[in-house]
Parts: sequence; structure tokens; C-alpha cells
Amino acid sequence: MNLTEKILAAHCGRKSVTPGEFINVKVDLILANDITAPLAIKEFRNLGTKSVFDPQRVVMVPDHFAPNKDIPSAEQCKLMREFALEQLLVYFEVGRAGIEHVLLPEQGLVVPGDVVVGADSHTCTYGALSAFATGMGSTDIAVAMATGEIWMKVPAAIQFVYSGKLRPWVGGKDLILHTIGRIGVDGALYASMEFTGEAISELSMDGRFTMANMAIEAGGKAGLFRADKKTLEYVKDRAKRPYKVFDPDPDARYSQTIELDVSNLEPQVAFPSLPSKVKPVSQAGTVGLDQVVIGSCTNGRLEDLRVAAQVLNGKKVHPRLRCIVLPGTQTVYRQAMHEGIIERFIEAGAAVSTPTCGPCLGGYMGILAAGERCLSTTNRNFVGRMGSTKSEVYLAGPAVAAASAVAGRIASPQEVAG
Amino acid sequence: MKLRGTAHKYGSNVDTDAIIPARYLNVSDAQELAKHCMEDIDTGFVRRVKPGDIIVAEANFGCGSSREHAPVAIKASGISCVVAGSFARIFFRNAINIGLPLLECPEAAAGCSTGDIIEVDLTSGEITNVTTGKKYRASPYPEFLLDIIKSGGLVSQTKKKLARAR
Ligand code: SF4
Repeated sequence: MNLTEKILAAHCGRKSVTPGEFINVKVDLILANDITAPLAIKEFRNLGTKSVFDPQRVVMVPDHFAPNKDIPSAEQCKLMREFALEQLLVYFEVGRAGIEHVLLPEQGLVVPGDVVVGADSHTCTYGALSAFATGMGSTDIAVAMATGEIWMKVPAAIQFVYSGKLRPWVGGKDLILHTIGRIGVDGALYASMEFTGEAISELSMDGRFTMANMAIEAGGKAGLFRADKKTLEYVKDRAKRPYKVFDPDPDARYSQTIELDVSNLEPQVAFPSLPSKVKPVSQAGTVGLDQVVIGSCTNGRLEDLRVAAQVLNGKKVHPRLRCIVLPGTQTVYRQAMHEGIIERFIEAGAAVSTPTCGPCLGGYMGILAAGERCLSTTNRNFVGRMGSTKSEVYLAGPAVAAASAVAGRIASPQEVAG
Repeated sequence: MKLRGTAHKYGSNVDTDAIIPARYLNVSDAQELAKHCMEDIDTGFVRRVKPGDIIVAEANFGCGSSREHAPVAIKASGISCVVAGSFARIFFRNAINIGLPLLECPEAAAGCSTGDIIEVDLTSGEITNVTTGKKYRASPYPEFLLDIIKSGGLVSQTKKKLARAR
């Protein structure tokens, strides 16, 4: 069995599972946020159950429109907060929170071998920890909260093998954008993606979170990594629960194996309005920008901020452009302060925000006007994603983002920082 | 069960931001959401749509976020079912769970245009384009999902299961 099948079989009490089978899976952790929780809570009440199956395994995070951006958002956050307090759930208040997918791994709430379901499509991020994690809707989450189980179809698994050593300024974002460019936005529809190869062993945990995060942008149900030394090091002082590491069998079957030699890979940029419209930065041409966003559940981790600060170091954000930085969590924020990174952003003329999803989904803190162009380290560049339907979003990693903020147009980090 | 309505045709990769933009997600009331359904790719949709109408789209319909608000908005706008070449998986689950029928059929998606009258037989999966006279067949639901649909959605099915367990 492959990694996907191993984890799923263990969670439905079976020796083995095969792709296409419908199974009921026991879940280790359930997640909802200020947008999806209100609907989930309504359906939970409809079920007529009094309490969730295990309060320690249900997490709620206000992050999309929080700190509350307007009165309706405040009402949604309030509804979620009151439910979380009533049910004694794991709840993170503004000031102790951050973006859910940066926060949960950081707090040790997800561990290797878990099955995690979240009412948020980027729940797949936790695949970096060798967990089977997938996004669902609010009704699914309501049922999971009540019963501790949920139905799933066992997905086929596609194996991605990355060979070669990455060039400077190339990271997880470039690997995943390149992959989506290659297979398309439905290239892994209904499948789980298993990432492996020498470039993956070399990749940091933060880089792996970025890659797993965007499995959904290829239509994937999950994006998984094998647990290795780096994974175990990451969870060592964090894990809130005991865990079990699963490894694929040597004769594991995959529906497809895709090999990618990434030794010459350049930093990548996805053009509007699909994450698959990818070009190497050297072929981006002259694209003037009005805004650069550095943050989100894709690239709002410490390593991302370090890379951006390294490019920005001593330079100024282009006078015609707004650069907005959103650290993923309070912990990332504080660590970035300790390291002097926040100061470098401010010196460069960037705006630094409290952790929130904010502009990533066109919420607030950096909405685009008609005709404006933004390069963002987030994960989606659909029409209207960050504001006006006549605005444009380009996706890239933190190095290209910082370089572009300085140049006022899409630029390579090499050009700006050498 | 038979459905009949006018087709509203879209291309590939209609994402959940197009179905219901995030700026309207600070509420979860179905009728409120329906007011903005398809707004960012088809400003006239809400004005044109009539109860029973059918959305027809090409591949990967509903890609993007997990917002259940997307099928909720479509259903509340009066749409009776969606026919597409393929569906993004979270959208698919959500629609089944809330009782919005979906039919996967690339041939029907290619053979229908906006304004065509479409007839759908949910039991057999047969799709008829009354305007062109062509017939298509969607892949049937697996037994497991049919049970959820027949129970009236996931919540009703779970309720029954919980009652049995008690
Ligand atoms: S940062 Fe963006 S993609 Fe991530 S959870 Fe928030 S809104 Fe979703």
C-alpha cells in the first residue's frame, strides 16, 4: 500500500483499502474557521446531538475576517466563539491565534499519521507532517464533530519524484507552482499527491507545508510527505498527542508516477487567473505592480519572512507600490521581531499586519481596485480573488515577491539581491 | 425524478470565488448568498435564472475553496441541478450533502448551450437536450452516495444512524 492507503486503512480498522472504495474513517482532528463554522454549527444543531464527540479534537480559529472586519463578520466570530466555549473546544482567540494552517502544526495539534478533516480547502497543508488531511464542507464537519467519523472515497495516489538540487532562491512554492503548471488545475482531481525524491529530502518543513498547501490547486484531495528526520525534529517538542509514523510499502502502487528534474528550475510565477498559468520569472516580461502581499497559509511562515527580508535588506519598496506583510501566527510574528525581520520590513517601507487571512481571499487589509495588479505569495489568483474582478493577481514565492516589491514590477531575486 | 429547465452554460474551472465571491461570506443566509450567485463571471445570472433552471459547465466545476456557501447559493438561486464534465471534489461532497443534484457527463456538457431546454432524469442519469433532440447518459451514483441522497442529505442520514445507535 502507498502512504495514503496505509493511513486510511489504519483509520477504518481494515488491513487494506483500495482506490475507489467508500469507507468510514475515524478522524483525529477537526477544524473550522469563522466562515465555515457558523454553517457547521447550524447543521450540528440540526443533528440533535448535545456535545461534540471529543472537545480536544475539534479546533476553531477566527482568521478569515478576524480581527472582525465588519459587523456581519463580528456576528459570525461571536457565534463560533460562543459555541467553542460552550463545547469546551480548542479555540484560539485573536491575539493568540493566526492563520489556521500555520497555527495548528506550530501548536503540535497535528501529528504524523493523523487523519484530519477541516472545513477549509487548504486543510491539505498538514500532509507535510505525513498526515492524511483534507478539506470538506460545513455539513461534513458537523457530522464529524458529532460522530468522530466521516465518509471518504479512497483516492488514487499519484507519486511525484523530484530529483536534483535546488538553485538559490528556489523553494517549495516554486516546486509546487511548477508541478501545477505541468499537470493543470485538475491534474490531480480526486487523487492524493505523494511527494518524494532527493529535492524533497533537502526541503525544509516550511517548504513542505507550502507544497502540501497547494495540492488542492491541482484538484488533489491531499498532498503527503513521508515522515523523515526533519518531520520528527519538527514535532518533537510540539506534539500534543502520541503518534505513529506510516511508510509506504516497497511495492506500493500509484496510479501514476511523475518525475521532475528540478536542478535547473527557476523561481516560478503564476499568471492570472489560474494557478497553472506558470512561467519562469525570467520569462515574465515587464509586468508593473501596484501591490505585493507576503503572507498566508502558503507562505506566512518564519522561513518565508526570512527569505523576503533577506531580499529586501537595506532596500526600499518601490515608491509606486504597497507591500503588505502578514506573519502567519503570533509566534511567527514574535520570532520575526526577535530576529529583526519586522524592523527590516518597516525600514523598507512595507506595512506589517497582525496575522489574518485578510487580502488572500479578498477580505480586507489590501483589496485591489479595478485595473490594479498584485503579486502575492498566496495560493489562488482567480478572477476577483483579491478584490475587483478587473484586478489581476500573480502568484510567486517570497523571494520573487520581495524582489518585485523593490523593482515595482515582477522581478527575480537574483536581479535585486544578487 | 425528472427535472426540466433552461440551461445556463459555462466553461471549465468555474471556481467557488466565481460562484459566490468571498466578500459576501460574512453571512451564511441562503437567500442573501443567492443574490450574488455567479456574480463575478455572469452579472446577469441572478436576473435571468428561473426556478428549475440547470447549470451546465465543462470540466472541474466548483474548484477552489471548501465553502459550502457555493452549492447553497446555487440551490437557493433556483437551480435544480448542475451538469458538468467533471466536478471539484469538495464541491461534489458539499452538493450531495445539502441535496443539490449533480450529474457528471462531458458529452452533455459539450452538447448544451445557454438557452437550451434540458431534461434530466435523476434516477437513470439520462440527460435530454430538448432543443437539439440529443440524449446523453451520466455515470450513475455509486450505492454509497445514493443512500445519502435518498436519505435527504448527510445530516438526515446521520440522524437516522444516531437514532438507531441509541
Ligand atoms: S490564508 Fe488564504 S488560502 Fe489560507 S486559509 Fe486563509 S483565506 Fe484560505
